[in-house]
Amino acid sequence: MQLDDLYRQVIMDHYQHPRNRGTLDEGAISVDLRNPSCGDEIHLQLLVDDGIVKDVRFLGSGCSISMASASMMTEAIKGKSIEEAVDLAHAFRAMMRGEDVDLEQMGELEALQGVNKFPARIKCATLAWQALERAASVPTGGHVEEETLGE
Amino acid sequence: MNAEELRKDFPILSERINGHRLVYLDNAATSQKPRQVIDAIRRYYEHDNSNVHRGVHTLGSRATEAYEAARERVARFIGARSPQEVVFTRGTTESLNMIAHGYARAKLGEGDEIVLPPSEHHSNLIPWQQAARATGATLRYLPLQPDGTIRLEDVEAAVTDRTKIVAIAHVSNVLGTVNPVREIAEIAHRHGAIIVVDGAQSVPHMPTDVVAMDCDFLAFSGHKMLGPTGIGVLYGKAELLAEMEPTYFGGEMIDVVDLYESTWKEAPWKFEGGTPIIAGAIGLAAAMDYLEKVGMAEIERHDAALAAKAVERLAEIDGVTIFGPPPGQSRAGLVTFNLGRVHPHDLATVLDARGVAIRAGHHCAQPLMRLFNVPATARASFYLYNTEEDVDALVDAVLEAKEFFGHAIG
Ligand SMILES: Cc1ncc(COP(=O)(O)O)c(C=O)c1O
Repeated sequence: MQLDDLYRQVIMDHYQHPRNRGTLDEGAISVDLRNPSCGDEIHLQLLVDDGIVKDVRFLGSGCSISMASASMMTEAIKGKSIEEAVDLAHAFRAMMRGEDVDLEQMGELEALQGVNKFPARIKCATLAWQALERAASVPTGGHVEEETLGE
Repeated sequence: MNAEELRKDFPILSERINGHRLVYLDNAATSQKPRQVIDAIRRYYEHDNSNVHRGVHTLGSRATEAYEAARERVARFIGARSPQEVVFTRGTTESLNMIAHGYARAKLGEGDEIVLPPSEHHSNLIPWQQAARATGATLRYLPLQPDGTIRLEDVEAAVTDRTKIVAIAHVSNVLGTVNPVREIAEIAHRHGAIIVVDGAQSVPHMPTDVVAMDCDFLAFSGHKMLGPTGIGVLYGKAELLAEMEPTYFGGEMIDVVDLYESTWKEAPWKFEGGTPIIAGAIGLAAAMDYLEKVGMAEIERHDAALAAKAVERLAEIDGVTIFGPPPGQSRAGLVTFNLGRVHPHDLATVLDARGVAIRAGHHCAQPLMRLFNVPATARASFYLYNTEEDVDALVDAVLEAKEFFGHAIG
């Protein structure tokens, strides 16, 4: 088991310097999601206009993997259509299950691929993406209250 | 006692983890099992397996005898006056729920109080929340000192004639503090309240004498004391078990069943509805044989000495925060800590890469984590097969993690 496979440079960089950290004003969709088994939390906000993710912000607390994954996700989905964002979320989760995915679609997110060799940490990496999938199913301005992930 | 020698009895300790010797320091979550326990369970299945209290055939008698002998073994281990004060359950959680359900609900009413510390494991907290909700009783929390200890004067102040139940862990699974349950029992009894002791972290690690402690109920789990998973104990004073209602109804626990009404056996059998955990009880008895041969007082000293050493050495590392009693102050065989802003999950992953297994998370004590103002912590917990070499491995791995996450310290 190689720690460097897990803690890639890009991941550590996003952990130390999270992108799009903060909150958005009214009109944004927001989702609160928590992983009860480890206490990781995310507050994700999306500003969707005409089916396009115009802006995205997150707040949260958790390990390096969960926070880096959230930060990388916000960069990856900004400017994409909501359908494309959800597609990417599905592909990301498939990558975490160890399935073959289109690495071109993944871009920088490929750095998180190594997480799938650490079964105990997969949920850390997918927390933000699960929040995104929930956000995609809410109307603009909607809010998904504190939800918790099942096992 | 010689931990190096004892290690040979535990097959799992020769596992290699990520290319390293296994350093198992997650004993507060569950302990490993010696060959003697594994063999006792296998022997039962190979030679005596049958249902209990039913068949008249030979195997039925052998299984029943072994199961009831296990009950006597447990009674001796905790100093109960009679084996009939020992109920077999699935574990601490089930035992506590059975008390909250079968005893507390009938006794509690509007205006009554349940007194407990905020540091309790969720399983000695939520059953009381539920019982309070169902009866109109209220929860009253004891204050914790900064080192996690509880002052008797605060117990004196919190326990009044309105108090019906005091629920408390003998040893905190996060703080490593040993609560003065005997003195607290005395205070509770003076006000006509009962005391429920969560022994999940104490019974495996120190001599237990329920009569000296004068607890009314005691709950613990077999899997944390070298026994198998799926078996635990609910000890209750005979007169309390007699008053307490069963939680599960069905086969085994009944006396006379009519179309519209039924009656139960006496305790402890009325609490053991359905086919009981026969192999589990036999495995637990074998675990108690093993522990007593080593000596519980010896084990207590050994675990506490390792934890004291770990606390002392971890506290020397710049960036490490220790929760619970500071170095030099008495504590049980576990230490909870954090390394700077390194998330405990990241810390545990780095330690695991070196074969060191610790727990990272909220330890089923979310209110306590909120008091500490941290989302999670790391915890190393020791047992009879751990050695000073294990403490060294822990400290070295924490130093390596510090190097790895250098930026996040401070
Ligand atoms: C203090 C304490 N109480 C209760 C429990 C619950 O034990 P179990 O999960 O075996 O029911 C534990 C163990 O996790 C514990 O440490």
